[in-house]
Amino acid sequence: MSFEPKIVGFLCNWCSYAGADLCGTSRVQYPPNIRIIRVMCSGRVSPLFILKALSAGADGVLVLGCHPGDCHYIEGNYKTLRRMTLLKKMLAQLGIEDGRVRLDWVSASEGARFASIVTEMTEKVKALGPFKQSS
Amino acid sequence: MDEPRIGVYICHCGLNIADVVDVESVRNYAAMLPAVVVSRDYKFVCSDPGQNMIKEDIRNLHLNRVVVASCSPRMHEPTFRRTVQEAGLNPYLFQMANIREHCSWVTGDRQAATEKAKALVNAAVRRVYYHEPLEARQVPVNPNTLIVGGGIAGIQAALEIADSQHKVYLVERDPSIGGHMIQFDKTFPTLDCSACILTPKMTSVGTHPYIELLTYSEIEEISGFVGNFKARIRKKARYVDENKCNGCGTCVAKCPWKVDSEFDLGLSKRKAIYTPFPQAVPNIPVIDKEHCAYFLKGTCRACEKFCQLNAIDFNQTDEILELDVGNIIVATGYDVFDPTPIAQYGYKKFPNVYTGLEFERICNSVGPTNGRIVLRDGSEPKSVAIIHCVGSRDENYHEYCSRVCCMYALKYSHLIKERTNAQVYQMYIDMRCFGKAYEEFYKRVSNEGVNFIRGKVAEVTDRAINEEEKGKLIVCVEDTLLGKIVRVPVDMVILATALQPRSDVAQVARLFGITQTADGFFMERHPKLDPVATMTDGVFVAGCCQGPKDIPDTVAQASAAAARVLALISKGKVDLEAATAVIDEQQCSGCRICNSLCPYSAISFLEEKKVSQINEALCKGCGTCVAACPSGAITHRQFTTQQITIELEGVLV
Repeated sequence: MSFEPKIVGFLCNWCSYAGADLCGTSRVQYPPNIRIIRVMCSGRVSPLFILKALSAGADGVLVLGCHPGDCHYIEGNYKTLRRMTLLKKMLAQLGIEDGRVRLDWVSASEGARFASIVTEMTEKVKALGPFKQSS
Repeated sequence: MDEPRIGVYICHCGLNIADVVDVESVRNYAAMLPAVVVSRDYKFVCSDPGQNMIKEDIRNLHLNRVVVASCSPRMHEPTFRRTVQEAGLNPYLFQMANIREHCSWVTGDRQAATEKAKALVNAAVRRVYYHEPLEARQVPVNPNTLIVGGGIAGIQAALEIADSQHKVYLVERDPSIGGHMIQFDKTFPTLDCSACILTPKMTSVGTHPYIELLTYSEIEEISGFVGNFKARIRKKARYVDENKCNGCGTCVAKCPWKVDSEFDLGLSKRKAIYTPFPQAVPNIPVIDKEHCAYFLKGTCRACEKFCQLNAIDFNQTDEILELDVGNIIVATGYDVFDPTPIAQYGYKKFPNVYTGLEFERICNSVGPTNGRIVLRDGSEPKSVAIIHCVGSRDENYHEYCSRVCCMYALKYSHLIKERTNAQVYQMYIDMRCFGKAYEEFYKRVSNEGVNFIRGKVAEVTDRAINEEEKGKLIVCVEDTLLGKIVRVPVDMVILATALQPRSDVAQVARLFGITQTADGFFMERHPKLDPVATMTDGVFVAGCCQGPKDIPDTVAQASAAAARVLALISKGKVDLEAATAVIDEQQCSGCRICNSLCPYSAISFLEEKKVSQINEALCKGCGTCVAACPSGAITHRQFTTQQITIELEGVLV
């Protein structure tokens, strides 16, 4: 049986979660590997959640927020961008492949974009193989 | 805390979920999860019997936590929170698992979908275990309303609200209200005179004791939240004192400087001091600084000389107003598609090719030709072609249908037939006459001898290939009903140009915190069930800024927006987000990292205690500070680190 990665998605309530809802309403199909966790703002996503997800068995973590400038809370997504940039540097130092953690923007009207990001991410993580933690 | 007793309800949603997800298997799985007392599946959990089932279980089985696995929480979380509340539970002791939009609707793989549904239910059950009861806070609603845009939508909404004796600020950026509708001559399908039905409403707005009309004004900033917005408005200098001017028009008559009239789309001239049209509300002219000789060269002042009321004031400056309002209705309208890029239709190349709105002005009895349908040389056309779907239903420009073009094309056909002896040709893709009495109007116009040619026009050219075509504009089109290419020589071409979002729509969307749909128009909260509200509470949309629509639909939406605002005013208070953040003083190290992160300046530093504190009235519950706190001293209610971590582990089973 081929490897089916587990991907955790942190989606902000106002743009990305709504975009994922629209994707469903429009019946745009994507791989069922992603498990979505709703947060009010991508700014709530502590880097610790991402590390926690990887240590709890996720093979990839996707963080989605509103497009820059469109944040429902004015600028939460900019904070996320800053944190994710730093986190990614740290992950690289830990030897964790770049494609396992991704930050992107999906608006409430971008159902199809959501599906394509999830599809892309799933394929990428599938190619990387299972996330193995070395102790 | 009482020992959690959780009830789980798996919804079939008819076949929407049950067709792909094995709901019985999910139900059995949930029944085995810790603290789950009862697990059921049901056809429609959101229906009355479904909700009653939950309420009875809460009472009979002493449930103190509830999980519903169904659609998106954005759809029915409020419904089920109410359900549990009616049965005596705190509404926050509830969690939803989205197994429709995020599961059954996005995959056909039954096994994978069922596994995913189980994981989502598992996460919800584990999460709800740690939920705490929360109390929603209430704040009073400021009864004043801000309406942005003085077209028919803004006018209608303003009158509805003001007639209920609540204050309205109507802001319009042009010198007069009226919008596009006042540019029209007749309205389809009844052929009502547009000005006759609109000007009484405009006058009412201008004189209404509960409406403060701010024309020639623009919104610069909006802050605050539902019930308590603050708006900063720039009232541009008119250089005419509104309190002194009586609208006599002498200044306009005496002004020697002429420029293209925006109102007539450049088909006529106006003065450098002007009102856009004679019935303008307010009937107070403005000086166009860009074209006024005094501002450009320092001489002239003719208007000042002849004004007996000394109303001209060249030293006037922009005024900044700060308004407190409880609700906002955005009714900023649309732009007309500019067909210049479609070079093959010859707009701007051939003088007798007009846009829809230009022809509207030509038809208008107070327009540039006093309502006579004539060519640029003043002669009457012997034949006119109307080309449909210019800029709309076209992948190169706008994919959407503009909804009004078929009908206004029919209206033009009728007016041309009524006022001239010209032959009229309509080149259409599909006739879309969907409204009340629209199809009947189509039939009527068909019987008036208008020629309908089904096909997308390839080209408008002046290259004649025979005597008959000489000096004419030739419309080349494949008549798809006859299956052959036809060349139709005409004197005048009208392009049924699309409605499109305003050029500054993105800027306005940001100003008010509104989302845009892919086509650029403002996005409503729900496409079916909430086409008036937006994602920002207290901000409503009406008219074409939300999508192309005709006048009846615009009026209906504007009235609906007004009703929504009145509902909030009449309730007098709004519930605020209970899921706010709170700082534990014991754990706070006083590092102040959170202070500058808060976009609402809700966090302040208490010097005497050396700790930070969150003002709950200002906190919107985004959680950005929570993620940043190095001491873990901030708790985000309903999104605690523990709850999210448990949910995270839950989805990874």
